[in-house]
Amino acid sequence: MLRYVFRRLLTAIPTLFVIVTISFFLIRVAPGGPFNQERGLNPFIKANLNRQFGLDEPLWMQYLNYLNNLLHGNFGPSYNLPDFTVTELFKVGLPVSIQVGTSALILALIIGGILGIVAALRQNKAADYAVIATATAGSTIPTFVIAPIYQLTFATTLALVPVATWGNGALLNKIGPIVTLALPQIAIVARLMRGSMIEALRSHHIRTARALGLSDWSIIVKHALRGALLPIVSYAGPAAAALLTGSIIVETIFQIPGVGRYFVEAALNRDYTLVMGTVVVIALFTIVFNLIVDILYAVVDPRVRYD
Amino acid sequence: MTDITASAPVVGRSLWADALARLKANRAAMFSLFYLTLMALVCVFGPNFTPHAYTTIYPDYVRTQPSLSAYPKPEMIETALQDVVRRMRADLEDWHEQDERVFVTISSPKTIDERVTRYLDRSDTFDNARIESKSPDGLKLTMSATVKKQYFFFGTDNTGRDLLTRTLMAGRVSLSIGLLAGCVAVAIGVLYGATAGFLGGKTDEVMMRIVDVLYSLPFIFFVIMLVVFFGRNFVLMFLAVGAVLWLDMARIVRGQALSIRRQEYVQAAEALGVGSGGILRRHIVPNLLGPVVIYMTLLVPQVIILESFLSFLGLGVQEPMTSWGVLISQGAKNIGSANWLLLFPAFFLVSTLFALNFVGDGLRDALDPKDR
Repeated sequence: MLRYVFRRLLTAIPTLFVIVTISFFLIRVAPGGPFNQERGLNPFIKANLNRQFGLDEPLWMQYLNYLNNLLHGNFGPSYNLPDFTVTELFKVGLPVSIQVGTSALILALIIGGILGIVAALRQNKAADYAVIATATAGSTIPTFVIAPIYQLTFATTLALVPVATWGNGALLNKIGPIVTLALPQIAIVARLMRGSMIEALRSHHIRTARALGLSDWSIIVKHALRGALLPIVSYAGPAAAALLTGSIIVETIFQIPGVGRYFVEAALNRDYTLVMGTVVVIALFTIVFNLIVDILYAVVDPRVRYD
Repeated sequence: MTDITASAPVVGRSLWADALARLKANRAAMFSLFYLTLMALVCVFGPNFTPHAYTTIYPDYVRTQPSLSAYPKPEMIETALQDVVRRMRADLEDWHEQDERVFVTISSPKTIDERVTRYLDRSDTFDNARIESKSPDGLKLTMSATVKKQYFFFGTDNTGRDLLTRTLMAGRVSLSIGLLAGCVAVAIGVLYGATAGFLGGKTDEVMMRIVDVLYSLPFIFFVIMLVVFFGRNFVLMFLAVGAVLWLDMARIVRGQALSIRRQEYVQAAEALGVGSGGILRRHIVPNLLGPVVIYMTLLVPQVIILESFLSFLGLGVQEPMTSWGVLISQGAKNIGSANWLLLFPAFFLVSTLFALNFVGDGLRDALDPKDR
């Protein structure tokens, strides 16, 4: 097992390298630069700025420099938020995004899972249709529709929660972002769970368990659920990577100081280092969570062996 | 002579006919299909029949509430008149309505130019203005004008444009973007996936490795870069978005192609000496069609959501052209004061996505009997 993990981490290095290379050149080829503002900068100042940040060197040199810095764990300074290095921005923002994302993910897995199981057990009955309808609604109504509606009802009209502030992570401030982040995920998890649970309940070992006269509870929780969890596990990996690195929409609407909002902003402002940093962090999360998924696979399904 | 009634030859139902029958039996899917057709027709032809153009601005009707009855409402005539008279730089003395015409008397310390009737004609509320009488000293003027009846079934937006027409125009844009990008993604994905699956071996491995790498690139980064490169040309942009979305399709098609190639009937065909072109045409393509069609119906809503997401960030379709995403993002900003700006476009978008999902599910059930 340990050897497998080691091997996987080794193969992640070339992947990461390719990702860094592609995105480095992609953002560099894009027209414009970090110091192109609407009111043109004095050319001398601009030249100085470029020299300061090493942007006057040839592109391949900059690329090698960047790789070198990256290997030393240095993401470089942010161009548009000049008082911060990218690492500092992540140190502040990432815990916030992770906190909200993890809560949303756990909420989605629990509620979505339960809904899916209920629907599977009551297949083609009212409860099933209700779950399917909710799940379809949840995955079709965009977050930026749900979020303002949430704000209007619970914050403006009922005045139960603040409209949009972070408030150092007070629980009331977090409900909105967590719920709006979780809703689409709940929908997807419920659908997956329903499908895989129906299939699991049809399998031979469940028929045997029924024939042996096991209680419903033990059949569902001990025998069916285990097999049914596999698709959820493989979905949860990429979903976790996406949720934990912050959602642009939710962080913008609810004014959360996470890292999700940096991405679009940085890409549009050609804040090269910040964009690259975000790409690297997202890629790292994706790789790590995919690895966790594969390990979990072996835990859930003993037939899976990695030796 | 005896009539021999020729018995009709027994026609076996093809698998496609079977699937069609299953689809027809699925009421939710059939209703959704009907709804989608209706939505497409309304969005494509509707804007030609609505009384307003999607770009026309009515300064008198900014943020007007949706209403089935005609505007102006009786209480609005007075405000509109005050507005017009203020523009004439005169004072409103008196007004009354008679025989469908509004009679206005204005006064001014200076002689009134008769051309002020133009101000009435120019307003969105009045039409056919004419002078009724004028006081001899020219300081008082009575005019009459008809009231323009306007219908704003969905209300108007922040700049006074008819929301009904805009919602339909937006539907045109959103639906065509969905279809366009969906087709591009399917075309690339099928070609790529089928090639990888059909060739197999090292080629397959390399091709799929490329897909894996592209997969771990943050998707939104890709899209933003495309927006940056292609600017605001939305056709080009969504061709590009389609070119990004093909990854899933390629994986699905490759997997299918691999498994179909190993099926006994393909081996049997090979044993019978059918060439690879024939196998491709007779066995692989028809069997791929099912998953491709299903995935396509799920891809179109994805693209529409993606488009609305981009528009929400201000990167999508640009004014005065509009899309459901643009309308919804404007509506979300005005949700406290003018909720219809959010409700109507959101209803159109969500119901379309709903219908597409149901059609997709119905197709899956119809085409993939194993899954039922």
